[in-house]
Amino acid sequence: MKLFTKAAMTAVTLLSFAIGGSAVAQQSINDPARDALYASLKDRSVVFVPVFMGLDLTEGWSKMMARQAEKLGYKYEVRNSNFNTAAGAQTITSLISEKPDVLVVQNPDVQSYARLLKRAEDAGIHVLQLNMKTNILTTGFVGADVVEIGETQANAVVNHCTGEGKSGKVLILAGPPTSPFSAYMLHGYENVLNGNDKIQVVSVQSTGAYESAKAKSITQVVLQQHPDLCGILGVWDNTDIGTAAALAEAGKTNDVFVSTSGGGGELSCKGIRENLWQHYVSYDVPGQARDLNDLILAALQDKNEVGSTKTILYTPLIEFTADNVDQQSCWTLESIK
Amino acid sequence: MLNLLRGRKLDQQIIVLILFILIFLSFAVFLPGFISAGNILTLVRSVSVLGILGLGMAIVVIGRGIDLSMIATLAVPAAWVMTLAGAGYPPVLAILAGLAFAIATGVLNGVLVAYAEIPALFATLAVGIGIAGIGQSGLFEYDIVAWPPALDSISWIGRGVILGIPYSILAFLAAALVVHIFLKKTRMGFFIYALGDNLLAARITGVRVRPIIILQYVMASVIALFAGLVLAASSANMDTRIFNLTWIYDVILVVVLGGIGLSGGRGGVWNVIIGTLLIGTIINGMTIMNVSFEGQNLVRGMVLLAALMTDSILNPRNEETAKQGDI
Repeated sequence: MKLFTKAAMTAVTLLSFAIGGSAVAQQSINDPARDALYASLKDRSVVFVPVFMGLDLTEGWSKMMARQAEKLGYKYEVRNSNFNTAAGAQTITSLISEKPDVLVVQNPDVQSYARLLKRAEDAGIHVLQLNMKTNILTTGFVGADVVEIGETQANAVVNHCTGEGKSGKVLILAGPPTSPFSAYMLHGYENVLNGNDKIQVVSVQSTGAYESAKAKSITQVVLQQHPDLCGILGVWDNTDIGTAAALAEAGKTNDVFVSTSGGGGELSCKGIRENLWQHYVSYDVPGQARDLNDLILAALQDKNEVGSTKTILYTPLIEFTADNVDQQSCWTLESIK
Repeated sequence: MLNLLRGRKLDQQIIVLILFILIFLSFAVFLPGFISAGNILTLVRSVSVLGILGLGMAIVVIGRGIDLSMIATLAVPAAWVMTLAGAGYPPVLAILAGLAFAIATGVLNGVLVAYAEIPALFATLAVGIGIAGIGQSGLFEYDIVAWPPALDSISWIGRGVILGIPYSILAFLAAALVVHIFLKKTRMGFFIYALGDNLLAARITGVRVRPIIILQYVMASVIALFAGLVLAASSANMDTRIFNLTWIYDVILVVVLGGIGLSGGRGGVWNVIIGTLLIGTIINGMTIMNVSFEGQNLVRGMVLLAALMTDSILNPRNEETAKQGDI
């Protein structure tokens, strides 16, 4: 009996080898696009010029861009402009002569880099603008529709502040005046608030370079003048930590409704859970990075004249509130795989 | 105030004091809500960190130096304290580590200025960039460091209120008192005036000027760390990118505006307090009036210019008052 079992098993094993071997031999076909694509990506180069590294936004985007570059074998490099527009302009100028294939730029304001980006495209470099846009279009833009962020935030504040017993008084804390995240966002706020009689915008102030200390002191001053303040429209999660600190110190955390926005990182959910803000518009950095990586790949394969097609990919926005915060991903640098 | 004016010529401190009183009174009359106790406290609180930094800068400027690394020393050691405490080190150890960092920065500044005899402007600029660079190259996960719960036991220095007065104002007052006593009541403080007024004369009379120069930079750095902890506790985070902003000019502004000449040897804590209050009043009033960011910068610049012009008209420079090395 033992002998029989052994013999049977040997037969089965041999048979399966025979079938398996012949199957591989018959069905293996290489994808004809594959080799050519990978070969064409070798030695190409992508350079990222952020406003500032060391923030969850830029580190998140950069990590995903670097990962794709490593996987596909093209070069990726970061040239940090360190919150210095002049340094950024210089970097882009020197990059125009270095001629990378793709230039990814996060613009500090709507004007400064506009001509340089056009010159880069004229020199044959694909320019992708990331989240912060100038007033000209280039090969691609990936990022939030900032006007839409403004409208979404403003709608949430209107919903909260026009009810029974609410003053309707709103404070707007913007960023640097010429930044797309101030200029376009204010436009979004105006689209919603201007038509509403119950809302009174008591103050529109800039937080300088998104400074939380400034957000805090402005909030404190305005709270003194308007103790019945109902809502605050903030520009960015990191800035509005200061806004929330001012409310907490004044004991008004539960009286004033704060809406802010950001990349949806861990701070976004922490803020909702700790009641720093009650409404948060996320532009989903990992999602943006995926869009960006796709546009980079498309640009690297593009054989047409640079700038002949212009693609805008506005990021789908996600609203975080206390009710849905547990379903959000709240990414961290470690969770971006 | 009459006491202050009596027997004094109209120097810059008095001009700025009068300017401050004029602006303050006109806001009080024309701006509803300005003159409430709550708003005045808010006003002082919003500039208390600036005032603390101004005190540190004043020590250096009186000793005829300048410390451009103060903002970096405010941001990086304080953020390091927060990072260490957040990583589970005992708060006391984290604070001592930050203190050691700040003192090392001050010593480095002082040695470069006193022994290597590099002009303070360049030495401290370079050290500041270096310290900010250390912060950016991996000391922290993000450039904006959150206030860790482990340090909540000391968060009152920026957040708390005692008898209706915010601790950050008290922190400013305490720092002002300490610096005042140091400058006016101790021998070291007297030496700083002496070497700021005339370094060679101070040396000839037997003052060991080099160690005192180091001491003044160390004091500035330690005060900057203190200001950093107050700021971080107050806004619940520390944005280490502030080195790249124009804060250092604001600090020099309150010092110079208050009447501490960059040529050294003059002024004291009162000058810093008056300069700080003037800036605070202007910012507060303009925020209430909802003046735009650009408008606020314009007004601030014009006030500074007006103060400096009045001073140079009333006290024209001559060979006696203008010194070599005046910035």
